[in-house]
Amino acid sequence: MAKMKGAKAVVEALKKEGVTTMFGFPGGANMPIYDALIEEEKNLRHILVRHEQGAAHAAEGYARASGTTGVCMATSGPGGTNLLTGIADAYLDSVPIVAITAQVSSHLIGGDAFQEADLFGLTMPITKHNYKILDAQELPKVFKEAFALTRLGRPGPVAIDIPKDVLNTMIEFNYPKGELKIPGYQPQLIGHPEQIKKAVDMIVAAERPLILAGGGIIASNAHQELVALAEALFAPVTTTLMAKGAISDLHPLCLNQPGMHGRVVANWAIQNCDLLICIGARFDDRITGDPATFATNAKIIHIDIDTAEIGKNVRVHLPIVGDAKSILTEMLKMLANVKYTKGENEWRKRIKELKRECTCDFNLKGNPIKPQKVIWELNQLMPKDGILVTEVGQHQMFAMHFYKAPGPRQFISSGGLGTMGFGLPAAIGAKAAKPDKTVVDLAGDGSILMVNQEFTTSVEHDLPVAAVVLNNNWLGMVKQWQKLFFEKRYSGTNLGKMPNFVKLIEAYHGKGERVERESEVHDALQRALKTDVAFLLDIVTDPEEDILPMVPAGGRLDHMILGKPCPKI
Amino acid sequence: MAKNETDAKQALHIISMLVEDKFGVLQRISGVFSRRGFNMDSLTVGATTTPGVSRMTITTRGTDERVEQIVKQLSKLVETLKVSELSPDDSVSREIALVKVSVKDFATRSEVLSYADIFRARVVDVAAKSLTIEITGESTKVDAFIDLIKPFGIKEVVRTGICALQRD
Repeated sequence: MAKMKGAKAVVEALKKEGVTTMFGFPGGANMPIYDALIEEEKNLRHILVRHEQGAAHAAEGYARASGTTGVCMATSGPGGTNLLTGIADAYLDSVPIVAITAQVSSHLIGGDAFQEADLFGLTMPITKHNYKILDAQELPKVFKEAFALTRLGRPGPVAIDIPKDVLNTMIEFNYPKGELKIPGYQPQLIGHPEQIKKAVDMIVAAERPLILAGGGIIASNAHQELVALAEALFAPVTTTLMAKGAISDLHPLCLNQPGMHGRVVANWAIQNCDLLICIGARFDDRITGDPATFATNAKIIHIDIDTAEIGKNVRVHLPIVGDAKSILTEMLKMLANVKYTKGENEWRKRIKELKRECTCDFNLKGNPIKPQKVIWELNQLMPKDGILVTEVGQHQMFAMHFYKAPGPRQFISSGGLGTMGFGLPAAIGAKAAKPDKTVVDLAGDGSILMVNQEFTTSVEHDLPVAAVVLNNNWLGMVKQWQKLFFEKRYSGTNLGKMPNFVKLIEAYHGKGERVERESEVHDALQRALKTDVAFLLDIVTDPEEDILPMVPAGGRLDHMILGKPCPKI
Repeated sequence: MAKNETDAKQALHIISMLVEDKFGVLQRISGVFSRRGFNMDSLTVGATTTPGVSRMTITTRGTDERVEQIVKQLSKLVETLKVSELSPDDSVSREIALVKVSVKDFATRSEVLSYADIFRARVVDVAAKSLTIEITGESTKVDAFIDLIKPFGIKEVVRTGICALQRD
């Protein structure tokens, strides 16, 4: 048993948890940890971000690309409050991260000390669980529990606040071995066999089954089982934004995404199926529209690891609580022993037809450049194992709609919180986790300016990512809503005099190009994807191009504002 | 809104919890209520026979669905060990109130005392112009007593909120 300072114990705990990369920013209160990091330079890579929000998003990107827990760190006060957006983002998208913040010394807490903020109180409603360590001896146990909680059951962020004096206290470092028992958190992991049996009966009886897959599939590593189930049933699959890639967007049974900006075929399928098998999705309002008119022809089976999700937003006929992978495995075993027909029928024929009609040709020629054209080129040029990260807005929805994600953890986007500024740091985090993969941040000109200081992080730490900016000089998504629902009264959405993006990235010691002609998109994108340093590709796009189809907020999924090439339903 | 619908929305729910006795646990629990715009009608906390574990009883009003969601969210908290909703029919509940009532003269004093006697309430403090009475019982009984005493002039009242246990 070794004696060491609390700060050293933090670093030792991270090593015990197998952490090799962390993202952070130093300050007065967390200096003891930074001091302890010097000796561990080789084992624990610290990536210095340029704003703490970047550290939290980078930890998310790292976690989502790798499937392990991401780690970010900030100092007390403003350092911690700057992390909050990223922590809230991780909370809504169930991303496993540990956020470490330092706190002013114990004797100063509550006295409005310099750089004091109640980070324990502030992170409480946006974390799965959080800690304030007042007894230094508890430090190892807290870290063990925190890391376990990020992944146990439904994943999520955990925050740990540590006063500076605790970091300087000598403790016996005795890291708990084996699995820790957490009496207050024992999620049900194995689905109830009776419920699974009932589900199989419903599946066998269904004529028009549809699978709605959510981020839980990726969290549980159940993508192979998902594809196996779809193929066994010959059932179409629609995936939420969080599950994009869980089944390849190129798979014949994949209908891509449903919801507000979903595909016509996916929304039609939801409204017309007689059995909706929802796995690891939470019926978010962007998916359901008006819940009272959602999938009214269907019985709904809801498989989720979180009991609180059952019946939260829509009525469910059969809930199965547990881990998606284990439940799907059991389900497949049972299905192998029952007889059912899965042949061609009217339903499958109509789906095929709509899917064909929905595959609109978006290799759009001419100028101004259409945003869809850029995604079309991305589909041609992205390596098979490339990772596409997005910011939030129109470009994100264009990517959701048109990008063909080949597999899980290859499309990373801020789903629940919808955080502009997520993409660049998350891409840097993903690149840190998968250094040999091409990582692209698809961005809007609005989003990229929220976090552009992180280009420095990319350059400084040799984590080359390419930001492809769809630059229409507008906050496009809000503009689109103003166009459709506010009688074109544009307010606060024109971005006016924007910076010269090429000069901006060059100032950060990266490379950049501006593209104004459609004919130049392909070659420029190719150069961007092959970059060995942070790259910004500034593509001037058509400001009048809206992302359609669209279901107005709270509307019915089958009442869509259709785009020109959309099939009528 | 029809009356029975209003009643359903306002139905009283009793939530009983075993929680870890740690700082912040009350904030976690109240956060589950406040972020949904729910009010707690009453809250009691006290030690159990297990060191480090407290029992919390909360009453709140709302639709069955909303309260069910709150119970599920409370169950998910790492520092709650057990959460259940108690049905009023299958549980016993008690509340204590201390009622300080004005007594101008001997006649009112004896009248108040006779009411206290009927309700099996106890006088815990006597002053020249007031009596402080302790009453224990189900909330409806406490309500009834307070209503009855009101005309005499209640100076102050404090209620503990209910504590409740499931019947075996």
